[in-house]
Amino acid sequence: MPRPTSLKRVQGAQSAEPPDARGNLPNHAPVAPTYPQDEALARAQAGDHQAFAQLYALHKRRIYSLCLRMVNNVAEAEDLTQEAFLQLHRKIATFRGDSAFSTWLHRLAVNVVLMHLRKKGLQLTSLDEAMEPTHDEGPGRSFGAPDLSLTGSIDRLALERAVADLPAGYRLIFVLHDIEGYEHNEIATMLECSIGNSKSQLHKARLKLRDALRTTSRREGGK
Amino acid sequence: MTNNPGNMSCEQFQAQLADLIGSGEDASRHPHLLTCSRCRALLADLETIAEAARQLLPAELPKDDLWERIESAIQKEETSRQQD
Repeated sequence: MPRPTSLKRVQGAQSAEPPDARGNLPNHAPVAPTYPQDEALARAQAGDHQAFAQLYALHKRRIYSLCLRMVNNVAEAEDLTQEAFLQLHRKIATFRGDSAFSTWLHRLAVNVVLMHLRKKGLQLTSLDEAMEPTHDEGPGRSFGAPDLSLTGSIDRLALERAVADLPAGYRLIFVLHDIEGYEHNEIATMLECSIGNSKSQLHKARLKLRDALRTTSRREGGK
Repeated sequence: MTNNPGNMSCEQFQAQLADLIGSGEDASRHPHLLTCSRCRALLADLETIAEAARQLLPAELPKDDLWERIESAIQKEETSRQQD
C-alpha cells in the first residue's frame, strides 16, 4: 500500500463550514479537493492523506458526538475521537466493504471508547452489580404518589442533559441502544454481558431518565 | 404471584416490564394495562423517551485543532514506521 512520504497540513478536514454571505470560504482555505465519498475512501485506503482528511471532515461530528455522549467529558471525548481516527488510519486498508463504511467506523469508535472505559475500571462484565443504584437513588417505579406524566414530547436539550447525568453504566447502554440503534444482542457481545443484563440496564436507564425529565418538567411548571 | 396477568399488581407488572419491552412484543396490549392508568402512563413515558432518543442527532463538533492533533499523531507514527 503506497503511503505518502511526508504529510502536508491539510485544511480540508476543517472546511465543513459553508461560505459566508459574500461567498468567501472560511479563512483557513485553500480547501483540499473534495471527492465523492466512495472515491475518498478508496484514495484514503491507498494512502492519500487529503482523502483521509476528507473522511475526517465527513465523520467527525458523528464520532465526536458518540464519544462525548458515552463519556460525558469534553477532553476525554476529544482524546477518544483522536484515537478512533488514528486507529482508522492504521486499519483503513483492511476495510473490505462488508458493511457500510460509516457503520464500520462507528463500531471501531465504540470499541475505542469501551476499551477506554475498561481501562478506567468500569466493570462492563457486571454492569448490574457495578451500577446497581442504592435503594434511595434508584430509578422510580411507579406505584406510590400521584404521577406527573411526560406530555408526549420531550425537549431535546432536557433529554441531552438528563442522558449526560445518568450513571456511566446506564448511560452507556442507553446511548448504544436508544440513540445509536444497536440491538441488545450486539450490545451484549460488545460489553460481554448477557442480553438480559442489557435489557435490564436499558430499562433502568429509561426509568431514571423519566424521573429526571419529570423533575425538570415539574420545576419548569412551577416557575 | 398471580397466574392471571390481568390480576397482576403494579409491582409485579413493572418487575417484568424490562423483559416485556425488550422482547419486542407490543407491551401496550398487556392485560394489566386495561385497568391500570398509572402503568399505562409509565409505559407511554418510556416509549416517549425511547422515541425522543432516536431523534437525537450527533450534535457536537470537536474543536478545530483536533484535526491538527490527529495529523501530527499520524505523522509521528509514519516517521517511526519509516525508521523501523
